[in-house]
Amino acid sequence: MTNGEARDGGTAPPPRAPIQFSRQLPEIEPETAFFWSAGAEGRLLISHCDACDYYIHPPLPRCPKCGTEAVAPKAVSGKGRVASYTINIQQWLPGMPTPFVFAAVELAEQRELYVLTNIEGCALDAVRIGMPVEVGFQQQEDVYLPIFHPAEATHVD
Amino acid sequence: MSIDRYPEKQVRITGIGQSEVGRPSRRTALALTMDACLEAIAEAGLKPSDIDGITTYPGPIADPKGFSPVGATETMIALGLEPTWVGASAEGHAHMGAIFSAIQAIASGLCRHVLIFRTVAQASAAARSNQSAGQANLMGGNKGSARVGGGMAWSVPFNAISPITVNALYAQAYFDKYGATSAQLGAIAVNGRKMAALNPKAVFRDKPLTIEDYLASRLISTPLRLYDCDIPVDGSTAILLSHKDVAGDLAQPPIEIESMGMSLGGLGVGRHVGDFTSFPSDKAGEMLWSRTDLTPADVDVAQIYDGFSILTLLWLESMKLCGRGEAAAFVEGGTRIGLDGELPLNTSGGQLSAGRLHGYGHTYEACLQLWGRAGDRQVTDAKVCAVSNGGFGYGALLLKRG
Repeated sequence: MTNGEARDGGTAPPPRAPIQFSRQLPEIEPETAFFWSAGAEGRLLISHCDACDYYIHPPLPRCPKCGTEAVAPKAVSGKGRVASYTINIQQWLPGMPTPFVFAAVELAEQRELYVLTNIEGCALDAVRIGMPVEVGFQQQEDVYLPIFHPAEATHVD
Repeated sequence: MSIDRYPEKQVRITGIGQSEVGRPSRRTALALTMDACLEAIAEAGLKPSDIDGITTYPGPIADPKGFSPVGATETMIALGLEPTWVGASAEGHAHMGAIFSAIQAIASGLCRHVLIFRTVAQASAAARSNQSAGQANLMGGNKGSARVGGGMAWSVPFNAISPITVNALYAQAYFDKYGATSAQLGAIAVNGRKMAALNPKAVFRDKPLTIEDYLASRLISTPLRLYDCDIPVDGSTAILLSHKDVAGDLAQPPIEIESMGMSLGGLGVGRHVGDFTSFPSDKAGEMLWSRTDLTPADVDVAQIYDGFSILTLLWLESMKLCGRGEAAAFVEGGTRIGLDGELPLNTSGGQLSAGRLHGYGHTYEACLQLWGRAGDRQVTDAKVCAVSNGGFGYGALLLKRG
């Protein structure tokens, strides 16, 4: 039965609503807004220093290598590899969907350019360090969360 | 600058104190703090009026509840102190930041006797709010509709709301790169529990743990298990530092601070470097050994941070007590890290089994060992003890019996 569905008779107690769990979303701040909103256009933007061709994540107002302010969001391929991962099994809060994979993805554009994310779209135990992945986006309110999935077409039912 | 002019060489540890450790305690956080501080002062043969500096880590914090309920200001007032110097910060080299600041204040002549304390009341805070031990330390996710800002914004939206989920990335990569196993990592937890049985203050002194129990325990965030997590408690620890010129007149033989090392990394703000198999604590270890003529072979006993067991493995390597990638094999089976082993480790039971006194339990235990007051868990003729603290900021001390 769907939650909230009308019931006949009116004598039975209404079903208890399942606990709704929403991810706690990031604040949209001037320095980070591009990262959280570019998924609306299907793009992953990473802060980039044009002076020394260096990606910076999380973003900073100046390039940590050359010190200039020539930093601006730049679209990346959205491809990368799993640098490390964990299957989080403990349900920390009521309603939290578990288990899930939390991972650091190293983006293809630069060594040690890591984005923290989830890996979805495959069996939990299929995730491996080094596995090629690519980005997709999940919208919740005004935030487009970059969530990665295996790059090959290995669909798991 | 010659080594003997380093700031830590001007400073001695002259007293330590510790409240009861409860799960929970019935005493208030401020009462526990005063118990620890008064004991440290009395142990040195001093009076509160002699104390001219006070600091704590990290200072009072409202959330998570019980994480740091007592600040330097109210402790100063409660003890009737009139310090010249006060310092406290949540920033910096985490737990030991307060100790490093105190060393600098004494060495620069601002004050002579600095009282440092760390108070936690997470067991009672969790009990009052019906939270589990794991929920007591969440970094986010529990704020209703409010959003997460700052450094946590890079992990919390992906439901990594417990510190273990971020630390598990390091455990998995370490396992993969070096072929480490759960049976090897489990030796940290089993060793802690063995030590705790010999520590009357350890919260898990009566709960034996075998490696079979460990391997059968539930996974929390792979490859980390329940027993890889430390235990929230209520308790306070105090450490008294004094200038070397006055330390010799006090009641305890002063403990020398042979060297200190510190570093800071970006884990707390979502910035990771390397391949997830080492921490920025490596720099703290390098600094530590660059400031002394002693070598890792001189260490008789080690108190290495164990907020999660994987931190101990990474720290053993940062402290050069094991080679890179060798810590898991070193601790396997527990023989080498037992009381009769070549490197007795976390002799109080550590945070995994004695309780999360949040770094200060490690320094306290180091002093007990060097003073020969560790009872049934005393390491024979312990002269040099290595201590390390931290998961996001890093501090290390090499302490020596004077």
